[in-house]
Amino acid sequence: MESIGVLLMAPFNSYLDQELDKRFKLFRYWTQSNPKEFVAQHAEMIRAAVGNATVGVDGILIDALPKLEIISSFSVGVDKIDLKKCGEKGIRVTNTPDVLTDDVADLAIGLSLAVLRQISVCDRYVRSGLWKNGDFKLTTKFSGKRVGIIGLGRIGLAIAQRAEAFDCPINYYSRSPKPNTNYKYYPSVIELASNSDILVVACALTPETRHIVNRQVMEALGPKGVLINIGRGGHVDEPELVSALVEGRLGGAGLDVFENEPHVPEQLFGLDNVVLLPHVGSGTVETRKEMADLVLGNLEAHFSGKPLLTRVV
Amino acid sequence: MESTGERLPEIAVFGPPAFFRKIEKEFSSRFRVLRTWNSDIPLPQLLASEAGHIEAILTSGVFRVTAEVISSLPSLHLIVTTSRGLDHIDLTQCRRRGITVTNAGTIFSDDVADLAAGLLIDVLRKITPGNGHVKNRFWTGDGDFPLGFKLGGKKCGIVGLGSIGLAVAKRLQSFGCQILYNSRNKNHSVPYKFHTDIKELAMDSDFLILCCALNNETRHIINRDILLALGKKGVVVNISRGPVIDEKALIHCLKLGEIGGAGLDVFEREPLFTSELFEMENVVLSPHVAVFTEESFKAMFDLIFANFNSFFMNKPLLNVVPLE
Repeated sequence: MESIGVLLMAPFNSYLDQELDKRFKLFRYWTQSNPKEFVAQHAEMIRAAVGNATVGVDGILIDALPKLEIISSFSVGVDKIDLKKCGEKGIRVTNTPDVLTDDVADLAIGLSLAVLRQISVCDRYVRSGLWKNGDFKLTTKFSGKRVGIIGLGRIGLAIAQRAEAFDCPINYYSRSPKPNTNYKYYPSVIELASNSDILVVACALTPETRHIVNRQVMEALGPKGVLINIGRGGHVDEPELVSALVEGRLGGAGLDVFENEPHVPEQLFGLDNVVLLPHVGSGTVETRKEMADLVLGNLEAHFSGKPLLTRVV
Repeated sequence: MESTGERLPEIAVFGPPAFFRKIEKEFSSRFRVLRTWNSDIPLPQLLASEAGHIEAILTSGVFRVTAEVISSLPSLHLIVTTSRGLDHIDLTQCRRRGITVTNAGTIFSDDVADLAAGLLIDVLRKITPGNGHVKNRFWTGDGDFPLGFKLGGKKCGIVGLGSIGLAVAKRLQSFGCQILYNSRNKNHSVPYKFHTDIKELAMDSDFLILCCALNNETRHIINRDILLALGKKGVVVNISRGPVIDEKALIHCLKLGEIGGAGLDVFEREPLFTSELFEMENVVLSPHVAVFTEESFKAMFDLIFANFNSFFMNKPLLNVVPLE
């Protein structure tokens, strides 16, 4: 398959880079000072593209790759891929569901504990020698708090199962109620937020769910409420979030994703009730390898005429 | 309780417990308080002159209620400690004198287990370092922050399967961890794998969560031998008492990369304000805050209040520690 050109959008995984290089003719998009020209030069060879949650394959790029047959995304979310165009042109799209569900759910709970129990602030308190001046302050209990989940897909369910072990009552919002759960359904995100202490974003990002957490939702969540976002930055109205936190209208936030990564609003840096992470939801050694193998597996399947492993389009 | 000219019952307070200052006003409206920590007179003298008639005392989990202190309180019938741990109280003397001891019971178990889970996830997924990476403006794109390690499918060894150990097990199981444990006795009502020997537990585990009481058997039970058995990727979480771990050995193992990381809420000497641990990125440290939530403090206040009221009205007490 060495004559098959694969366009890798960013250096998000060195094992993946190495394997793609071994098995295909690899073109590295990010190394080019003039990417447009580079793509034009090699367009005839490029039959596959690999992007991730941050760097996708948009409509303009798709148009510039007439031989493109498949986009294999190193992520479960495919909001950075022009799916409509792929459908029109018969370009197949695959993603990496299931292998990262546990890690993302673990992080949602880890962020909740970090925000409520102020674990990072505690760590800084000890390391700065402040403990000799007196005890740390009181924080907020996590067990038993009402957890509201937006989106009860694989990740939402995994978060619910974990929160249940902490005796948290579980509420959720999704487009329609899910059968076979004991969790309480709310038909709108505002009602969900009004009845939750911790609101977790766990749905896919689509035009319908953009800014699903807006000012009204944040006000419903309130000055003691905490927002946890392990979905996409686009789910939350970020400027509104910043002012709600700075003004104390929202109690706290644990954020793994932002509207324009790696840019993060600096007004959040000084807030003890806010925990920020550099998009590490699936960021474990074990899971990233599984994701890479899934990307490779999908590409191999496509180019040997076998069924795709995890097809989206 | 109205002041009718009848004197309020008197309680001597030792420590004081961290939360005492927050509830001091209300406490003082119901009881007369002998504050033993802020006197110019040395403690033995203070007790000799002021505490002969004191029947009940409140102590923190840190103040040492020694045989000497107990013998300075000839009228003592009740010790209320705000902790669950009892390593700071001379129980032999209590037994001899027929003194009742009450502790926190299980009211803190959830908060302590929550912190244990929080520390473990923080170490494995690098939450505190990640937060620092972003807030210090180091995030410039994909791949500039190291990967963490998965929880699911890993083996979690719990040392001490009491109420806290059980609460930790319940939580970590939901993350897909396999639960193993070592405890004084096997618990036949749980499906977790029991190890009679702590070294075998360490060899069989990816993480060790320390949930045991501190006593002569458990002092420094986590030593170099056990840490090496846990291994290079192993993580230790301590929410029990600092001396359960040989702290020098832990620091040495961390420096040499012989274990993977640690989440520590307790230390051999507290407060901790200087340590080689402060240079390490694979450790998360907290200032003995496992019970420091608004909810736990309120529950503690309600409990000790109820117990002192009950004591002075000859009613049954809660969370009496069996001394036999």
